[in-house]
Amino acid sequence: MVTGNKAGRFAEYGGQYVPETLMNELNHMADAYEEAKQDPAFQKELRDLLANYANRPSLLYYAKNMTEDLGGAQIYFKREDLNHTGAHKINNVIGQALLAKRMGKTRLIAETGAGQHGVATATIAALFGMDCEIFMGKEDTDRQQLNVYRMELLGAKVHAVTSGSMVLKDAINAALQDFAAHPTDTFYVMGSATGPHPYPMIVRDFQSVISEESKAQLQDRIGRLPDKVIACVGGGSNAIGSFANYINNPSVDLIGVEAAGKGVDTDLTAATIEKGRLGVFHGMKSLFLQNATGQINPVYSISAGLDYPGVGPEHAALAAEHRAHYVGITDDEAVAAFEYIAKQEGIIAAIESCHAVAYLQKLAPTLAKDQVIVCTLSGRGDKDVAAIAKYKGVALDE
Amino acid sequence: MSKLAEQFNQRKNFIAFVTANDPDMETTVKNVVALAEGGADIVEIGIPFSDPVADGPVIQAADLRALKDPDLPIEKIFQAVGEIRQQTSVPLVFLVYLNVVLQYGYEEFTRDCQKFGVNGLIIPDLPYEERDELTPYTDKYDLDLVPLITVTSADRIPMIAKKASGFIYLVSSLGVTGQREAFASNLAEVVADIKEYTTVPVAIGFGVHTPDQAREMTEIADGAIIGSACVQIVADNGTQAPAALKKYAQTIRQAIDQ
Repeated sequence: MVTGNKAGRFAEYGGQYVPETLMNELNHMADAYEEAKQDPAFQKELRDLLANYANRPSLLYYAKNMTEDLGGAQIYFKREDLNHTGAHKINNVIGQALLAKRMGKTRLIAETGAGQHGVATATIAALFGMDCEIFMGKEDTDRQQLNVYRMELLGAKVHAVTSGSMVLKDAINAALQDFAAHPTDTFYVMGSATGPHPYPMIVRDFQSVISEESKAQLQDRIGRLPDKVIACVGGGSNAIGSFANYINNPSVDLIGVEAAGKGVDTDLTAATIEKGRLGVFHGMKSLFLQNATGQINPVYSISAGLDYPGVGPEHAALAAEHRAHYVGITDDEAVAAFEYIAKQEGIIAAIESCHAVAYLQKLAPTLAKDQVIVCTLSGRGDKDVAAIAKYKGVALDE
Repeated sequence: MSKLAEQFNQRKNFIAFVTANDPDMETTVKNVVALAEGGADIVEIGIPFSDPVADGPVIQAADLRALKDPDLPIEKIFQAVGEIRQQTSVPLVFLVYLNVVLQYGYEEFTRDCQKFGVNGLIIPDLPYEERDELTPYTDKYDLDLVPLITVTSADRIPMIAKKASGFIYLVSSLGVTGQREAFASNLAEVVADIKEYTTVPVAIGFGVHTPDQAREMTEIADGAIIGSACVQIVADNGTQAPAALKKYAQTIRQAIDQ
């Protein structure tokens, strides 16, 4: 595993490019996390909540119909969509909220794109009896109204962020600003493996339960490692969690699937690794979609959860070292996959996850029948049904 | 001694701020000259950024106005500095987010700062831990890298103060830039703490906007930094801002010199 070192570097990527106001708090967080990691009581509480609250381990499901239909590799889905709150986000949120409690914090804040991370954070805040405020771009509160209501139902206050392009990156700006204003009582629960150290390391560690389980589950089922692991990448938390325990197994191909939007050759894309350049933003050195002078570009994807102009620093390092490779899937391909997996397997998967499924559909037929693919379904797709119907031109009664 | 630090030898300093290209570059040149004429000791020029995470709504809005064309070339800002230099010798500091410097090139950016007459850099997203990637260039081209210290810096103060040059930007309160009515109560103690480790002057900013506040800050420290209030004057007056800024600078100057 590529570990975040003291300064939080993954090769040249990562670091702590934040205002001075946040430095002491981030350093406290890193120290508290190192202690918690070594503390059996913390680990026990984490494991207990994952098992008895979040519904872990999640299934490793053999997709018989798709395997037969695509006629190549054997396909397994890691079912993060079956977790409590319906996505992988809960794994990380439980961990960070426990850390926040340990640090004596009383208030959780978070950014959210599609709303899944916001819902997960609001859920844990309710469970732990903590105050919770969620920052969400106005564009996203409009396209994910159900999730906004869900967060409010859980007792969180949702701020619709109207600065910039009013999407995920602007929500992160707003959350960082709130954190800078309230560093003593507030814990910023970062939703992806992005941002300043120690977040990329912490989020990777809490999400690595995905690959820890899938590795053991596959070992039980077929007695070997997979040949390919596929996951969608926005900031990259489900992907880094899906990859983490395989990074030191060089026989396992790691494939991240980015949102190409209308196509990587258009301006309407979120394919950061394919189209981005080295930059510094949101506290990290990584790859970003930006113009020649370093202004961050607006990004586009049908998926609010992948609509981010950067990527976590460990993914940038894995790409540079050719340990993982990254491909783009368009809106059209992801929507087709959304319908395909629903009809083939009876699974309505998140549009984010369907980017990974779409690449799987291309890859599986090219592989021999003894090859094994594990693809992470990062979330369930109930939240996307209305948007997909609209995309397809189907009118639904509200 | 650096030109910035030297500036504090004679009197308590008033450090003003405007965003480059807000509303256009011609006005920016006039704004800086007007602020200097009105009595500003140092002028900060903000290089607009798409996502200014350390800044409040007033400066965010200025950045948006300045980036009507998001491809605004940084060279145009250097040219404006060249024009300013023909009219005033007031020390100039860029307030710039690191990504803009990185994309221009660390060497090229610092070289052009020296070439056109910029005296220092304030980079809000470059904390102490990451400064070493830029200091070889700021050293080479004789630029002060002005550090920020906040009321939460605590045990970080010695290491930051010891490496400071030009002046130290003491952040008056938590959060982002913007006008405030109250400041952290321990500012005087933080200034005293800083002074134990360095002779570099300390100026207080974030939220300072009235003449009384400016005087209060210069009683505690060596200077007062006024950003959002200047930018608001530009927002309200557009291309007519130079006259209004000059008048405002005069009132601040008077209050500080009282």
